[in-house]
Amino acid sequence: MTEVRVTVDGVNYADDVEPRLLLAQYLRETLGKTGTLIGCDTSNCGACTVSLNGQSVKSCSVLAVQADGGEVTTIEGLARDGQLHPVQEAFRECHGLQCGYCTPGMIMAAVDLLGDNPDPSEQEVREGIEGNLCRCTGYQNIVRAVQSAAKNMKPGAQQQTTEQQAAPVAGGGN
Amino acid sequence: MTTTAEPTTTSEIGKARVRKEDQRLITGRSRYTDSITPSGTLHIAVVRSTLARATISSIDKSEAEKAPGVHGVFTAADLGAEEIGLPCAWPVTPDQKAPQRPVLAVGRVNFSGEGVAVVVARSAAAARDAAELVEVDYEPLDPVLDMEAASKEGAELVHPDLGTNVSATWVFDSGEAGSGGSVADAIKAAEADDDQIVVRRRFRQQRLIPGFMEPRSCVVDPTGEQLTIWAATQVPHILRTMTTVTLGVPESKLRVIAPDVGGGFGGKIGVLPEEMLCVLLAQKLNRPVKWTETRSECMLTAHHGRDQIQDLTISAKKDGTITGLDVHLLADMGSYLGLVGPGVPILGAFMFNAIYKIPAYKFTCSNVFTNKTLTDAYRGAGRPEATFGIERMMDELAVELGRDPMELREQNWIAHDEFPFTTVATLTYDSGNYEQATQRAMELIDYAGLRREQEERRRSGDPVQLGIGISTFTEMCGLAPSRVLGSLDYGAGGWEAASIRMLATGKVEVTTGASAHGQGHETAFSQIVADKLGVPFEDVEILHGDTQVSPKGLDTYGSRSLVVGGIAIVNAADKVIEKAKKIAAHLLEASEDDLEFANGQFSVKGTDKGKAIQEIAFATFMAHDYPEGMEPSLDSDAVFDPENFSFPHGTHLCAMEVDAETGRVNLRKYVCVDDIGNVINPLIVEGQVHGGLAQGIAQALYEEANYDDQGTLVNATFVDYTIPSAADLPSFTTETVATPATTNALGVKGVGEAGTIASTPAIVNGVLDAIRHLGVTEIEMPTTSQRVWKALQEARGHKAQETPSDTHSPGAGLGSIDPNNPQGEVQ
Repeated sequence: MTEVRVTVDGVNYADDVEPRLLLAQYLRETLGKTGTLIGCDTSNCGACTVSLNGQSVKSCSVLAVQADGGEVTTIEGLARDGQLHPVQEAFRECHGLQCGYCTPGMIMAAVDLLGDNPDPSEQEVREGIEGNLCRCTGYQNIVRAVQSAAKNMKPGAQQQTTEQQAAPVAGGGN
Repeated sequence: MTTTAEPTTTSEIGKARVRKEDQRLITGRSRYTDSITPSGTLHIAVVRSTLARATISSIDKSEAEKAPGVHGVFTAADLGAEEIGLPCAWPVTPDQKAPQRPVLAVGRVNFSGEGVAVVVARSAAAARDAAELVEVDYEPLDPVLDMEAASKEGAELVHPDLGTNVSATWVFDSGEAGSGGSVADAIKAAEADDDQIVVRRRFRQQRLIPGFMEPRSCVVDPTGEQLTIWAATQVPHILRTMTTVTLGVPESKLRVIAPDVGGGFGGKIGVLPEEMLCVLLAQKLNRPVKWTETRSECMLTAHHGRDQIQDLTISAKKDGTITGLDVHLLADMGSYLGLVGPGVPILGAFMFNAIYKIPAYKFTCSNVFTNKTLTDAYRGAGRPEATFGIERMMDELAVELGRDPMELREQNWIAHDEFPFTTVATLTYDSGNYEQATQRAMELIDYAGLRREQEERRRSGDPVQLGIGISTFTEMCGLAPSRVLGSLDYGAGGWEAASIRMLATGKVEVTTGASAHGQGHETAFSQIVADKLGVPFEDVEILHGDTQVSPKGLDTYGSRSLVVGGIAIVNAADKVIEKAKKIAAHLLEASEDDLEFANGQFSVKGTDKGKAIQEIAFATFMAHDYPEGMEPSLDSDAVFDPENFSFPHGTHLCAMEVDAETGRVNLRKYVCVDDIGNVINPLIVEGQVHGGLAQGIAQALYEEANYDDQGTLVNATFVDYTIPSAADLPSFTTETVATPATTNALGVKGVGEAGTIASTPAIVNGVLDAIRHLGVTEIEMPTTSQRVWKALQEARGHKAQETPSDTHSPGAGLGSIDPNNPQGEVQ
C-alpha cells in the first residue's frame, strides 16, 4: 500500500492505496465519487475524464498514486455554490446528452478545450472532443453546447441567468 | 443549419422543453448499476473461453481458489446449473431448432468469450486476477464461421445434436397469403418478356456491435423478502418474468430495478448468463453479488446485431413499374438463440416492400448457427436490414433502366391519396405523404444543383467525384398489437401499462411500464400529462424502471415507448378526469353534463362556478364529501394494446464525395425530412434523429465486427471497433413534416430508430453513385476508404492486395478527416 494525498472537488483526502489502483477507481470506489464513470478499458471512450491540476485526463489511464499532491476536479465539483458551470448549463440547454453516460467526461473535456481555445470553430470542437465517445447524440448537440458555452463564457457576455455567471474558468480545482 | 418545428400553441405538447432528467446527469448525481454496491457485496469475474469451438477436458480451479480475497470458484456443475437454459421467447416456427444456452459452458464451448467458470471475490480486481489463474484445458474443434457454408447439407455442425445448423426457415408468400400474386410467376413472366427486366443482387449486412456507452452490470441483493436485482437493462419487467422462467424463483419474490441505464439500442434487451449467475450466487452465498463487465467482455459477449446475406430479385416493366420482389435471407444467429434473436430478421418480412406498391412478394429467411457471439435486436431490428435491401435495389433497378432513382421511386410508391393502404405484406399503413417529405428534402439539399455538379465533375474528370444518396424509407413502430405478435408466435404481448396517482396536494405521480435509458421519457411524458390534466409540467413526476414502483410493463424497444406507453398514459389520464368529473359535479351541485373540463378546471357551463383538478384531488383525499357509490380516489390505471403499428417515414438524402485516386469517402451533406406524426418535444426528436443517423452512417462507413479464421473477434475493443467520434461526422440538416397517425390518440408514430433505419442505404447509394461510372458496381459495408480504393483498382483492372481484415485499419474511423487538412481548417 502507498499513501496518496489528494484534493478532490475541494476536499483533502489521504488514503492508503494499492499502487496499481487507477485514479478512476480511487474516485469511484474509495471516495464514492460515482459521478465519474468508466466506459472502456483502452482509454478510448473518455467517460472517466476529470481535471487533474488544471488539465483534463482520462482517469482510467492515471494511477491514483500519480495524483499524489494534486488537485482533482470531477463532474461533481464543477458546479459551485449550487450554480452550474456554463458548460453544464449549455449541455442542458442544447440537449447535449441523452443517456448521460458519456456526459461527465464529455463536459470535463469540453471545459478543458475551452480553457485552451475560448472560441473554437465547429471543426475545432469536433476534433477537441474526439477522445470522448458518445453513442446517443450523434455529437451535433454536444458541439452546439460547447460553442454555446464558449459564447456565454466570453468576458462581458450577456448572461441569460445568474447561474451562468458562476465559474467561467476552465479547468482548475475549487 | 438544423430546424425543427416551432411550437405554435401554449400547450405543452410540441414544446421544445429542456429535459428534466438532465440536472442530475450533468452534475454527476447519476445512479448507474455499477455505482450501486450494497454493504458486503461480493464481486464476480467470468472465466471465458479463448476458443470459438472446443470441448473442455479439464478445469483446474486450485490456484484461483487460493488467491487472496477469493470466496470461491464455480463451474456450472458446482452451481447445479447444468440443466439451466437461458430463454428464447420467439420460436419463429413450430419446428425451430433451439440449443440449450447455458449460464456457464457444460463440456464444450461454442463461441470465443463464452463463460466457463466464475470467480467470486471481495473485490472486482481480486476476482479478475483470480480468473486468470483458472486453468482450462480445451480440445479445439474446427469452428463453423461461414453462415452460407453452414446452412448447406453436410456442413460441420455447431450443435451436432440438432442435426442441422439451420435453426428455422420462415416464409411469407403473398400468393399464398392472398395479399398479392406469386413472385415466381412474376419473375418467370418478366424473364419471358422483352418489355420487362429482372435484376438480381446479393448484399451483405455486416455484423455490428451495439456499443452502448455503459457496460452491462448487475447487482443482486438477497437480503430482503424479495430478491432485488439492479441491472443495466432496457427490460426490467421482462427480466423479472424471465428470471422466474429460467431459475424458478417465484415472480413475486423478485424485484428488478433498472436505475439510470447508459444506452441500450436493443443491446440491453437480453437475459444474460451473468445476471442469472449473480442470482444463483447471491442465493447460494447469502450475500449481495455484483458483476460489471469490462468493455472488451462487452464487445465479445454482449449480443451483436445484423449479419445477413441478402439475395434479392426484383422484376419490373421497362417503364419502371415493379412487378415482383423475391427476398432470400440467411441470418447468422451466432451460437445460440437470443431472447428475441430469431424474430429479428423476420420483422424484415413486413418491410422489404417498404413504401412501394409491389404486386407479388415472397420472403424466405433461414436462421443459421455459427460459432460466433449470438445476434439479437440492434436499433431497428430487422427493419434496417430490409430498408437497406430494398433501397439499394431501387437504385440498382434505376441504373438498369437508366432512370433517375428518385423518379423511379415516386413512380412506384404509395401516393398520399391512397392511404390507408394495405400492403402486399398485409400491413395497413394508416397515413403518410411521401411526396411532401421528398419534395422538402430535395429542396433542402438542392437535388437539381447536386446533379448538375455531379455531371460537371464527371465531365471534367475531377479526382473527387460526387454521389447523391437516396433513401425513402418507412418502418413499423410501436411494437406491437398483441394479436399480431401472437400470430408470429412471439412469447409476450405488446401492450403497455400506466398509472396516475393524484396526490393530496395536487401533484401528480405517473408510473409507466416503459423503461427509459436516454430517451427522455420523464420530460416527454410529463408534457403529455400536463396537457391532459391541465397541471403544471413541473408538478408531474414520471416513475419507472422498478417493478415495485411500476409493477406492470413491457419495457422499451422497437420505438414503442411513446406510441404504446404514451397512449396508456393518455388513457389513464382520461380515467382520472372521468372520476374527477363525478366528484366535481357533486361538489358543484351540478349535473356532469353541464361540466366542462379545460386547462385543469371543471366549470359549470354558462356560470363562473368551477373547481380546479387539484381542488378535486384534495377533496377526494379528505373524502368528507363525495358521491354515493364511488370510491374516494382519482387514481387510475390503463393498459393500452395498440390496434396497429405506426408507420413513420421520411426521405433521407446525402452528398457523398469520393476521391477516385485515394478512395477517401467524405460525407459532405446529409439532409433528412422525417414524418413521425405529431411531435411531443421537438428537441428530443431532433436528438433521436441525430443519434440514429450516426449509428446508421457508422454501419455504412465505419463499423464491422471482424472474426478471424479461428473464430476470434479481432476488434473487441474501442481501439479497433471504430465507433465514430465527433470528428468523423458532420452536422446534419433535419426537419420533420407531419401526417398524424390515425391509430392512436396522440397521432404519434415513433422516432427512436428512424435515423438508423434510413441512413445506411442513403450513404452506400451515394458512394456507389459517385463512382459507378468508373465501373464500380458494389462495395460491401463498411465502405471504408480502403475498400473503395480497392473497388476502384479492381474496376480499372488492377490487382489489389488482399488483407485479412480491412475495417479496423488506421483511418477507418476517420472518414471525415481530410488527410491533407487534418486540422480541418476552413479554406
